[in-house]
Amino acid sequence: MALKSWRELPIGGVILESGSSVDYLTGGWRAERPIIDMDRCTSCMICWIFCPEGGILVEESKVTGIDMDHCKGCGICALECPPKVIKMVQEVTALEGEQGR
Amino acid sequence: MTMTRSKGSVTDRVQGEPIALDGAKAVAQAMRQMNPDVVAAYPITPQTEIVQTFSEYVANGEVDTEFVAVESEHAAMSACIGAAAAGGRVQTATTSAGMAFMWEVLYVASSLRLPIIMAVANRALSAPLNIHCDHSDAMGARDAGWLQVYAEDVQEAYDNAFQALRIAEHPDVMLPVMHCQDGFIISHGVERLELLPDGAVKEFIGTYTPRYSLLDTEHPATFGPVDLQDHYFEHKRQQVDGMEKALAVVEEIGQEYGDLTGRYYGHLSPYRLEDAEIAIVVMGSTAGTTKIAVDKMRERGIKAGLLKLRTFRPFPADAVAEALAGVSAVAVLDRAIAFGSQGNPIFLDVCTSLYASGARPDVVNYVYGLGGRDTTASQITTVYADLLNIAETGQRGPLVRYLGLRE
Repeated sequence: MALKSWRELPIGGVILESGSSVDYLTGGWRAERPIIDMDRCTSCMICWIFCPEGGILVEESKVTGIDMDHCKGCGICALECPPKVIKMVQEVTALEGEQGR
Repeated sequence: MTMTRSKGSVTDRVQGEPIALDGAKAVAQAMRQMNPDVVAAYPITPQTEIVQTFSEYVANGEVDTEFVAVESEHAAMSACIGAAAAGGRVQTATTSAGMAFMWEVLYVASSLRLPIIMAVANRALSAPLNIHCDHSDAMGARDAGWLQVYAEDVQEAYDNAFQALRIAEHPDVMLPVMHCQDGFIISHGVERLELLPDGAVKEFIGTYTPRYSLLDTEHPATFGPVDLQDHYFEHKRQQVDGMEKALAVVEEIGQEYGDLTGRYYGHLSPYRLEDAEIAIVVMGSTAGTTKIAVDKMRERGIKAGLLKLRTFRPFPADAVAEALAGVSAVAVLDRAIAFGSQGNPIFLDVCTSLYASGARPDVVNYVYGLGGRDTTASQITTVYADLLNIAETGQRGPLVRYLGLRE
């Protein structure tokens, strides 16, 4: 998303469209990343209920992963997960792992 | 020179009603005539008389205003912000510690670009406890993004109230305006003034259509969202733009008001300045006192002049520099202290204006009238005597001086 100049933006910091937080990527705030052990996940949806960012991805009533563009790494999902199958991993470690693959 | 002259014919003018009122009641009358949608205010001396009088108009059904009796000034300004974001015409009034308590939300009002109007009866800040006039309160809010307009007398306080609304709501500006009168000196000093007919006020202020409104469900808008590294800077730059454009708007509205009433307003009001060799720059009621001193000096053959400053924010830098370009020595009178600074608020802006323009008169700064101390015409003649000495000897002497202080 190209950012607008001060001449183009509405004054007063007003936001005129709805749902614009989808365009605002907050994944870069993350220090720790939640990793779901998908083999053990029961799709109980507790993480989906608790996630303050709506960042739990769901398809056909099954948890399929986490929206890393918006997950801020707060860890609430890992704390609330009943079977404890979400673990928080240092973002640096996770990125090194990705690069290693 | 920014003092504008009439274009309109005298016959277009409305006939004012002469009346004796103090500044606080005059502003309350102006608020009644403007009939704001919402007034949220908390009483504090010497502003109390403004909101108290206005609340009587509300109680008597003379206005349609929703009066919100809040628990503090922080709440007063917060309620004003909510009402203005909802698209209403909103006003309040405060002074001194009350304005200091509004501190956080003053910035919110200006940053959300809400054209809130606030009458201020300027008063000193504690401690020690003092209820009398100086400009410390408004100068403390110098960088809060509000326009600041000052009155010399009751008539100007009344006239500024209407112009403040028009300036604030101008599409190029969309910023809150505080219109200031010296606490007690103007707010409680009874003077003759001319009240406008209610109909003329109604016509002058017209109707207001907010650009964005929380109550406009056809065009929903989010006010006050988080605004971080990627946008905050741009929004601050927009505020600068509104403030800069206000320079022209203040003059445009002052001209229109003059065509209506015969009383023209701009940023500055020079008095016997055309051929002056020495000049004083001052804001508020002391400008009137200074005119007496100017006349005394002129009687003695000394070319003394006055530059009265009406708008402190935006500061009319180019006009100030132009007005003072031909003067050899200038004294800037400040009714507030910017502790630890090289001189005080108005002085700093005057010096910067002159430096940027290339004009190089000698400039000195006098702090006067703190905590309501009287400043007399004879004291001001001593300032002119000092300026004469500087002009004749070329010796500037101390940069910052104190007028009427026991040394």
